[in-house]
Order: sequence, then C-alpha cells, then structure tokens
Amino acid sequence: MRPVVLRTAARVVLPLLLVFSLFLFVRGHNSPGGGFIGGLTAALAFCLHLVAHDPAATRRVLRLPPRIFAGGGLALAGLSGMGGLLQGQPFMTAAWSQTTVPGLGKLAIGTPLIFDLGVYFVVFGVSLGIVLTLAED
Amino acid sequence: MLVAILSAFAAAALAPMLHRLLGRWTGWILALLPAALCAQFLARLPAISAGGVDLQAWPWLPDLGISLALRLDGLALIFALLISGIGALVLVYTGGYLKGDPRLGRAYGLLLAFLGSMLGLVCADDLITLLVFWELTGVWSYFLIGFDSGRPAARAAALQALLVTGIGGLALLAGALLLGDAGGTWRISELAARGELLKAHPHYRAILLLVLAGAFTKSAQVPFHFWLPGAMEAPAPVSAYLHSATMVKAGVYLLARLHPALGATPEWHALITLAGATTMLAGVILALGQQDLKKVLAYTTVSGLGTLVLLLGLGTRLAMKAGAVFLLVHALYKSALFMTGGTIDHETGTRDLDRLSGLRRAMPRTSLALALSALSMAGMPPLLGFLSKELLYEAKLQAPGVAPVVTPMGILTNVLLVTIAAVLVARVVLGHGGRGEHRPHEAPPALWLAPLLPALAGLLIGGFPDRLVGPLIESAVAAVGAEPVEVTLKLWHGFNLVLVLSILTVMGGLVGYRFYPRLRALVRRIDLGARLGPARIYERALAGMLALAGAQTRLLQHGYLRRYILVLVVTAAGLGWMALAVGKVPVKVPPAWDLRVHEACLAVAIGAGALAAVRARSRLAVIACLGVVGYGVALVFILFGAPDLAMTQFLVETLTVIVLVLVFYSLPRFASLSSAATRARDALVALAAGGLMTALVLAVGQTRPASTALTDFYARSSLPEGLGRNVVNVILVDFRALDTLGEITVLTIAALGVFALLKRPGRRRSAS
Repeated sequence: MRPVVLRTAARVVLPLLLVFSLFLFVRGHNSPGGGFIGGLTAALAFCLHLVAHDPAATRRVLRLPPRIFAGGGLALAGLSGMGGLLQGQPFMTAAWSQTTVPGLGKLAIGTPLIFDLGVYFVVFGVSLGIVLTLAED
Repeated sequence: MLVAILSAFAAAALAPMLHRLLGRWTGWILALLPAALCAQFLARLPAISAGGVDLQAWPWLPDLGISLALRLDGLALIFALLISGIGALVLVYTGGYLKGDPRLGRAYGLLLAFLGSMLGLVCADDLITLLVFWELTGVWSYFLIGFDSGRPAARAAALQALLVTGIGGLALLAGALLLGDAGGTWRISELAARGELLKAHPHYRAILLLVLAGAFTKSAQVPFHFWLPGAMEAPAPVSAYLHSATMVKAGVYLLARLHPALGATPEWHALITLAGATTMLAGVILALGQQDLKKVLAYTTVSGLGTLVLLLGLGTRLAMKAGAVFLLVHALYKSALFMTGGTIDHETGTRDLDRLSGLRRAMPRTSLALALSALSMAGMPPLLGFLSKELLYEAKLQAPGVAPVVTPMGILTNVLLVTIAAVLVARVVLGHGGRGEHRPHEAPPALWLAPLLPALAGLLIGGFPDRLVGPLIESAVAAVGAEPVEVTLKLWHGFNLVLVLSILTVMGGLVGYRFYPRLRALVRRIDLGARLGPARIYERALAGMLALAGAQTRLLQHGYLRRYILVLVVTAAGLGWMALAVGKVPVKVPPAWDLRVHEACLAVAIGAGALAAVRARSRLAVIACLGVVGYGVALVFILFGAPDLAMTQFLVETLTVIVLVLVFYSLPRFASLSSAATRARDALVALAAGGLMTALVLAVGQTRPASTALTDFYARSSLPEGLGRNVVNVILVDFRALDTLGEITVLTIAALGVFALLKRPGRRRSAS
C-alpha cells in the first residue's frame, strides 16, 4: 500500500502539473519552454501518479496507450508541414493567422504551433511509454 | 499509355477487395481490363504501322533532364499486345487454378501490378523511367515466385531470381548512367539517332558490357540461366506469364530497343551471338534431361530466349524479322504450354513425364491445347511455328560470317525441340492409359479455355500470317532496324534449301524420340552444370556472404554494453585528440580568471559528485551522485544564459532517476567485479574523454567563428519571420523544423524498439 499522503498529493498535483506543462508549451515561442520541455513535464506528472499508484492505474487515467500519443504526435507534426505543399510552397512552409482576441491582445496561431504540439505528444508518449513498460516488467 | 499503366496499378490495388465482393467471377471481370487495353493497343496499329508514334511526356526531375516519357512504336506495340492479351488469359486462368485459395485476391493484385510495370517498361522512352519499371517487374516477380511463401524452396527460388536479376539491374543502372552521359540525353529515341556518336565514344565498351549484364540476367542467358528453372516454384499462371511470355523477354526487349543506339558493332555481334547461340543449344539439351513437365518447359524457354538474343546478335534485317515472328509465336505457344502443364498438374496431381500418359480421353480440350502448342513449338505446318522456324533457318543461313556455326546449332536445337514436342504429344496426349494419383477428368472452362485460345491463335495466324500480323511485324522490325523494311509472311516458301532442312529436322526429331530414354540418361550423365555450374557458384557466394556477415556481426555486435561504451568513448576521444593535434588548434588557459565564488562552488560540487559516483558502494548512491552532476550542469546552463537547455536538463535528469530506479529490480546485485587493472584502464579512458572536452571548450573560447552570418540571421529574423522571441524554439519548430521532424521520428522508432524488447514474448518466463 502506497502512502496516503503521496496518493492524495498526486491527485491534486497531477492536473496542476499538466496545466503547467501546457503553460510551458504555449509560452515556448517567446520565452523558455516549448513542445519538448512541455512534453517532458507532462510525462513527469504521470510518473508521479505512477509512483503513488501502480502502472495499471496510470494507464486507466491515461485512457489511451502512450504509443498512440507518440504516433499521433508524429502524424500531427508531419501533417502540419503539408499546408505549404497544397499551396505549391515547399514542405514545412509556416503559415500564420493573426487575430486580436478581446481582453488578451494580439494572438498569432500558425502551423509551427501545431508542429510543436506534435513534438509535445511524441516526447510525452515516448518517455511515459518507456517508463510504464519498465514499471510493468 | 499512362492511363493504361495507371489503370493496371489501380486495378491491382482494388483486386483483393473486388475478390471479396465478387467471389468466383473476379478473374473473368478483372480480365476485362487487360482485354480492353489490348483492344486499345490494337486500334493504334494502323497509325503506327503507317510510321507514326505516340508520344507522351511529363517533366519529372527537370533539373536533371529526366522526364516521365512514354513512346509507343512498333516494337513497344508488339510487346504491349502480348502483355495485355496474355495478361487477360492469365487472369482468367488464375481464377480457376487457385480456386478456393485464400490468397487468390493477392495473386490477382500482384499479377495486375506486374502487368502495369511491364507495360511501363516497354512504353518508356526515358532511360530512368525504364529502369524504374525494370526494377518493379523484378520486385513483383519476387513476390510471385515466392507466392507459396510457406515453402522454403519457393522462398529460396524467389530470392535467387531477385538477387540474380537485381545484380544485373545494378549493372544496367550503371550502364544507363554512362549511356545517358555519353549521349547527352535520357531519351531513348534521341539516343537512337546518335548511334554513331555513341559507338565512337570511349565508354562504349563499358556501356555495352553493363547493359548486356542487365539484359542477360533478366533474360536468363548462360551463365545466368539457372534462376529461370528455379523460378518454376511459382504457381503455373505466374510461370506462364512472367517466366515465359513477358518478363524474361524484357532483356530481349532492351537489346532490341538499344540496337539502333549501340548495335551493329563487332563487339555487339560477337558477344550477343555467342551468348544467344550457347543459351539456345544449352537450354534445349538441359530440357531433354528433365523429368518434370514444368522444368522441361522452363529449359525450352531458356532455349527460346537464347534464340531471340542470337537473332539480335546477327542483326540482319532478316534476323530481326525472324526475331519478331519468333517472339510472337513463342509467347503464344509457351504460355499455352505452361497453362496446360498447370492444368494437368491440377487435375492429375503430377507433373512427372513418366507418369503422364493418354490424357486425350480424360481431358480432350486440354489435350488439344497441349498438342497444338507443342506442334507449334516443333515447327509443324500449318501452324505459325512452322513459318517462324523457316524464317529462323533462313536468317541463320544468311548470317554474315557465322552462318556455318549457327546454322548447325540452330538445326540441332530444333531437332531436339521436335523430340520434346513428340514426347508431349505421343506420350502425354496419345499414350496408353495414365498412372496418375487419381483418375483425371476435364478441367473447368477457365483452365482449358485460357491455354486453348493462344494455341488456336497460333493455328489461325499460321493460316493467314501476312494479313493478320504482317503490319505488326513490319512496324516492329522498322523500330528495331530504324529504317522501314518490306516484310511479307508466307507459310509456303517453295521447295528450297530451308524446306529440306525442315524435313530433315522433323526426321531427326523423330529419331530422337525413338531413343528418348537413352538421350535423357545421357544428358543427365554429362550435365556438369548441376555440380560445377553457375548455380553452385551462386550458392557458394550466398553462403559465403552470410558467413561473412555473421562473423563481422559477432565481432562488432558482441552484446556487452561495457565494451560498446568503451569502443565509442575511445574512438571519439582518440579522433578528437588527433584532430586537435593535426589541426594545431591553440589550446590555452585564458590568462585572466574571471571566476566568481558561486561558479567555483558549482564546479567543485560537480567534480565531487563525479568522484563520489565512481567510489560509491550502492546503486542508490551512484544515482544520487550522478543526479548531483546532472543538476550541477543544468545550473551551469542557467548561469551562462541557456534557460531552455537547463529546463530540459532538469526534466531529463528527473526522468532518468525514475527510469534507473525502475530498472533496479531487473539488475543483479551490485558488486565490484572489475580488477584493479580494468579500473585503471577505465579511469585513463575517462580522463582522456574529459580532457578532450576541456581542451575543446578552451579551443572554442580562443577561436572566433569564421562567420557569424547564420547566428545574426536567426537573431534578426526570428521575430519578424518566425513570430517568436525565443530564437531556440523558433529554430526548432520553424527554421529547422524538418530536422526536428527527423529527430522525433527517430525518437518514436527508438521507443518502438524499446517496447518490442521489453515486451517480447517469453521474456517474463525466462526471467522468473
């Protein structure tokens, strides 16, 4: 039986860490952070859950197998480069759309963001997948 | 033409699905496509025999002058008609032959994909396009020979065919590159017009030898002939289609296609005539020694390919005409023979010539197809084979210089072909009673109609040769000879020397049939090829290569992690020190030590952590010490302005600790196993590697980069073009996103490897 304090703490900290990882991911374009760091943070959040519970419980919380996250992230990153191709530009040409959101200021969303999200999921899926597989062994 | 090729590939992709939907009629329905293609090609005949050509070209790699160029002329047309026409029959036949087999849909798909590739090969007007289709036919052939992938013999035969034709394909690639370079164009039609230039080029001999290597391996010429009989592991329709009627003739096609560009030189005549004549005679002699009906047919196919190559080597107009007619008749009778052979095997359960007899009562229609095609092979009037044989004799008699040699060889070949045909007709069809495994009965329509049609076509064309195929032959000869030629085809040439030779051939063949058992035993005794021939060399070479690969793998991939690490570190450190020494890079300690107190503390902490890790007595202590080193390095990153790197380092350190703790459970007890000497060696290696890194850092501090243009560019354009102030991240996800994509792909593949290794079946059992 794992310590109650750890389990309770993990329950509270897991969502906080996930939000933090998203924060790191989103701010990455202007300040330190990004998909790689965000993905690692998210993976570590689930590692904490794993230490507090057991691999089966972590997999249940995760809902999808980690390899789906990794493969899906890779597909997302690859697809994000296709936009340029359709317009006759080289593969991976970035496309941006800038909008002004009331109350937040100017917001720029572009294909590099989608690409970075792909990196986020690949790093998350790969590192968590390896840890989970080791933990089950 | 492109539509024709693409439609075949599309049908190939849909075939397995169609097969599930349509069931037993799939073969008949799929055959409609090649039949329609055949009709469409036939409709082009009047225009093409009038001297026209169809041209289609799309730029492919315009910077290199490579295009997807297709060109339909007389030569391409005769091949396209055979490919699509026989393809339709083979699809119908396959439906009957593999009825009820769960892999039938796959067979349809592979055959259609092959059909598309073969059409592309004969229509290509660009050397690179031709090579792509050439290799594709080899790939489909590999899958089709190894169709029965459960049997090791089928897999070995498929690999053999792939390796032999693949090595030839590589030679052809080199030859094509030289040829395109020498001619200054990739277009085959333009190369044909520059024949004089090419033949005078210093690379001419190299080009010729490389192209011949490609053509001879594909068309199974001695000494590369052995893969073709081996390929008889394939199902009967595959043998009928790929290994008699179409693919093996690709080499012949290539020689004919390049004849205007490279032909009619002494080297061309000598090499091709020699290979063709040898193959022609060797093939038929080896066929005589076989007992398996399919092997007999395979070796006569080798002989037929030799005849075609020989005719191209002779190079006279008469030889080209004889070649075009022989190409047609051989495709017709040989596909029919292979299909009837398959039908007989299917219905009687044996292909042993000594057990097959008197099938005319049980299988009248199959027997009719077998007899008609065998007689065409023997060159009996009034079949097309007779006409073809007359032309062959005429071409050989009039061959300049070599007539006294090739004519007797040709006559002997035909005498033995008559003997083999006599065995097929007199024994298998007529004979007295069969001794097959079970009582044979007539096959379903798909299995007798498909071979009967080409057999009847041989009879029909033999009756009216000039009217039915005259224009086709004429335009094919014109395309090869590059000048128009008057071709008249007649069954009856009058009473002349050729007819006398024909009569002698038949008589000789019948005498041969009289002594057939003795001849077969004789051939088997003198068949040194089975012991010393190229097939043995192939086996030795393959075994040797595997042994070499095994030995070097055991040497390099020994499986000891400590040795891998040792080799890696020693190599890297050694090369690094060598580069520093050879390049005379200045390594100097900076005179002024601008060291703050907290930086010095950090350095001491990292050093102490490393030392403690080496001397630690438990695993947990090692991990803790390494953690100190890792976090210390991350702090260094923060102090010197690399926050992204520092964050990554912190996270990876943490993750490493978790992974190491998890791995603990599977590791043996912590113990000090190394001797003092080993430890001293390891310390030396570690010092060399660490020292190198120190030297590198000092050297980098001394020398300014030659240009800071790249750094400036990233710093300047990160915000305006990448819309981000974090230059590192903008480089990662925008400027160099392709690199990142490559890295995350590698990461995913590595993770798949880890999953597979950790989850491999049986691991848990062996561990416990």
